[in-house]
Amino acid sequence: MTITVNMTVNGKDVSAEVEPRTLLVQLLRENLGLTGTHVGCDTSQCGACVVHVDGESVKSCTLLAAQCDGGQVTTIEGLADGDTLHPMQEAFREHHGLQCGFCTPGMVMSAIDLVNRNGAPSETEIREWLEGNICRCTGYHNIVKAIDAGAKSMGG
Amino acid sequence: MTEFGIGAAVKRKEDFRFLTGRGTYTDDINRPGQLYAWIVRSPHASADIRSVDTDAAKNAPGVVAVFTGADLAADGVGGVPCGWQVTDKHGEPMKEPPHPALVADRVRHVGDQIAVVIAESKDQARDAAELVEVDYAELSPATSIADALKDGAPQVWDEAPGNICYDWELGDQAAVEAAFGQAAHVASIDITNNRLIPNAIEPRAAIGDYDPASGDYTLYTTSQNPHVIRLLMGAFVLSIPEHKLRVYAPDVGGGFGSKIYHYAEEAIVTWAAGKLQRPVKWTAERSESFMSDAHGRDHVTHAELALDGDGKFLALRVHTDANMGAYLSTFAPSIPTYLYALLLAGTYTTPQIYCNVRAVFTNTVPVDAYRGAGRPEATYLLERLVDVAARVTGIDRVEIRRRNFIPKDAFPYQTPVVVQYDSGDYQATLDTALRHAEWDGFEFRRQEAAERGKLRGIGISTYLEACGIAPSAVVGSVGARAGLYESANVRVHPTGSVTVFTGSHSHGQGHETTFSQLVADQLGVPLESVEIVHGDTAKVPFGMGTYGSRSLAVGGTALIKAMDKIIAKGKKIAAHLMEASEADIEFKDGAFTVSGTDKSTTLAEVALTAYVPHNYPIEELEPGLEEQAFYDPTNFTFPGGCHVCEVEVDPDTGVVEVVNFTAVDDVGRVINPMIVEGQVHGGVAQGIGQALLESCAYDQESGQLLTGSYMDYTMPRADNVPSFHVSHEMTLCTHNPLGVKGVGEVGAIGSPPAVINAVVHALEPLGVTDIAMPATPQRVWQAIQAAQTQAAAE
Repeated sequence: MTITVNMTVNGKDVSAEVEPRTLLVQLLRENLGLTGTHVGCDTSQCGACVVHVDGESVKSCTLLAAQCDGGQVTTIEGLADGDTLHPMQEAFREHHGLQCGFCTPGMVMSAIDLVNRNGAPSETEIREWLEGNICRCTGYHNIVKAIDAGAKSMGG
Repeated sequence: MTEFGIGAAVKRKEDFRFLTGRGTYTDDINRPGQLYAWIVRSPHASADIRSVDTDAAKNAPGVVAVFTGADLAADGVGGVPCGWQVTDKHGEPMKEPPHPALVADRVRHVGDQIAVVIAESKDQARDAAELVEVDYAELSPATSIADALKDGAPQVWDEAPGNICYDWELGDQAAVEAAFGQAAHVASIDITNNRLIPNAIEPRAAIGDYDPASGDYTLYTTSQNPHVIRLLMGAFVLSIPEHKLRVYAPDVGGGFGSKIYHYAEEAIVTWAAGKLQRPVKWTAERSESFMSDAHGRDHVTHAELALDGDGKFLALRVHTDANMGAYLSTFAPSIPTYLYALLLAGTYTTPQIYCNVRAVFTNTVPVDAYRGAGRPEATYLLERLVDVAARVTGIDRVEIRRRNFIPKDAFPYQTPVVVQYDSGDYQATLDTALRHAEWDGFEFRRQEAAERGKLRGIGISTYLEACGIAPSAVVGSVGARAGLYESANVRVHPTGSVTVFTGSHSHGQGHETTFSQLVADQLGVPLESVEIVHGDTAKVPFGMGTYGSRSLAVGGTALIKAMDKIIAKGKKIAAHLMEASEADIEFKDGAFTVSGTDKSTTLAEVALTAYVPHNYPIEELEPGLEEQAFYDPTNFTFPGGCHVCEVEVDPDTGVVEVVNFTAVDDVGRVINPMIVEGQVHGGVAQGIGQALLESCAYDQESGQLLTGSYMDYTMPRADNVPSFHVSHEMTLCTHNPLGVKGVGEVGAIGSPPAVINAVVHALEPLGVTDIAMPATPQRVWQAIQAAQTQAAAE
């Protein structure tokens, strides 16, 4: 049995036939070919799969595609304007906030939601917010610096 | 230093694709007509397989095939090989049991592979795997080193009595015993180096593909060393000749050692792709990663240090039992031997060292190299032991280190454990670290913390490590079944842009940037005109890949040597073009000039001439401008440094907070300081993880993996670590042209003892003298309670 889901992904209307158990991340990666959203765990902890649904960060591995029917989804592929990076992406590049790049899409999407909620987060607030995003490469040092800088450029 | 050359903090070339979701990791690749594999894994740590019934699974929706160990055996598929043979202290080879890709008779750890279900979709494969009926006769497992070594312990392998893989030794035992007889003081320590699970955030994945038209196989895989996988899988497991097998490791999401090894799943999907003549894809779920990626560390050690009356180290005696797990992973036997005992001199002049290591089979996941691999274990025992020696002798812990350092004018320095260090200045890294950490102001900070009810401590580690593995003849003489050189091919295109094909592999280290900087520096080519190609055996020359912090020291040197050949040939072409003597041609900043004149031509003009050889010394010189080099290192490189950790302990809860962390590392010449600092940050976070948070736990009775997910295995989060104070001192490696040493692992090697020394220092006023890793709140709280109970009793 399949169901039809309709949503807007990165500004484009999409429609897909999926199983009821299909997760949002499967829809994005397998049906839509948006492989920038990653799967790093199966217990909803690593945060590599974070996207925005209706403007808020969510773990797309923990949401059924059907739950997003009619929603607005933004993935890492929807942030940059051509070759011009979103200020948060640019801050990660500038501050070496990524190494292997696997957790990076989730980190960036999560960071943007933080700044949308709190335009000037402290280091402690940034670190606490990242509880749901695991990075094994950077030791978080440069991610924290990048988010601090990204918050300033998003505000400016 | 140029803007983009050696020493410049160039922003990374690879970042744009990663930041925009355009990286291509193995699981992002899909092949036309692709099938999906799901591995049926053992839920038991030890059991005989009475039967495997696959009928129901074969008839499930979408299922194309179900294969078992019997199917692989019938097809002549070999076992997964081990790449290093250790010879024991009696001259006997280690016990090397078979490691079939799918086991047919007995499972030996939770997660062991029994069957593969292949279906049209991943969900169908997974659903059908539930229908595979395995009839097990459960056996008692040997779960820990201690259990496996008990009299009458369950035997993991009949051919390894007492569960001993090898009993190995290094050093002059009699001389060490004699030195202990002369000692004024003896410091001793018992240490468990906690078992870790690597947890690169990208789970392992593999796609096998077979082209019936050509008979060519392709394996897409999450590997740190695709040529090694091609060699091991092609030659030993599947008998596919190299020229018919391509292994491609595209973007790889972290490795930390766990993606060095050849894993059974790679062979299974490649073999199945040939069998079914369709691509077969497998991607691990995180739970599978926990029970199938090779784990790290897991040593139990007793060590003693003999000192004279002045606190000079006389001799070191070490006994270590090292867990191998149930099978020998690719490099496992070398980790607690040649990557461990050879490091036991550390930064010190200890004249006599004896080390005895028993490698032990258990019913657990195989253990192999994890970031640092042997050197963190050596460093942890040494740096904890030196702190104990300071306490035993009453000498300040900084002073006792200074008294025993190898002086900077003593290099090259021959240690008693085989290796000869080429360069270092341990006083300098120590001095800088103490200054940056404001060591002298600590008592004031301790007082201030005490007023807030916190116990503050500061700890130090003055470590040394060996990387850039390694001279092939040397490692070959001690059991390596491979060479450990590296390769580079430099192709200067007709218009002067450059493509480099390297056997090194980046899985986060930023080779595309660092290696481009080398090209920009040496050939004067703009960074954007350089492309670094790695990871594809169809493109890059045979190379050994990236692990052991070897990329720059070995791969970078191969690249320099290939560029030297380009410049040498370019000079001949330039001499012809400018009608000058080759001896008068100089090359600098991308231009060939005739010495003492204003005659000049560019690399691009020389390249064009080489490819359009109309006016060209064709009798003496072949057309084209492309050169290749293989570099076999003449020695290890020896980074070292000093890490200082400052912690606050809440005595009511046992929670340890790292409040300051200072690292001063000597990694030789730094090509890109931004990338180098990033490597240290990541390594230190993993070291803090080992010291305070991470530990793989098995249930002793059942052999079940208790830490099988991120809910049970504590990965360091952003709020578990501070911002780090990282800097460098530089002594150059003397035996490679760049003077580089390697930085990938120093953070994970130097930091754990600094953290634990700080925790012990914080708790010392209460009478605590030791605490095991990870120093969790529960452990710390219990240590405090035990010390207070004892104090009250006295």
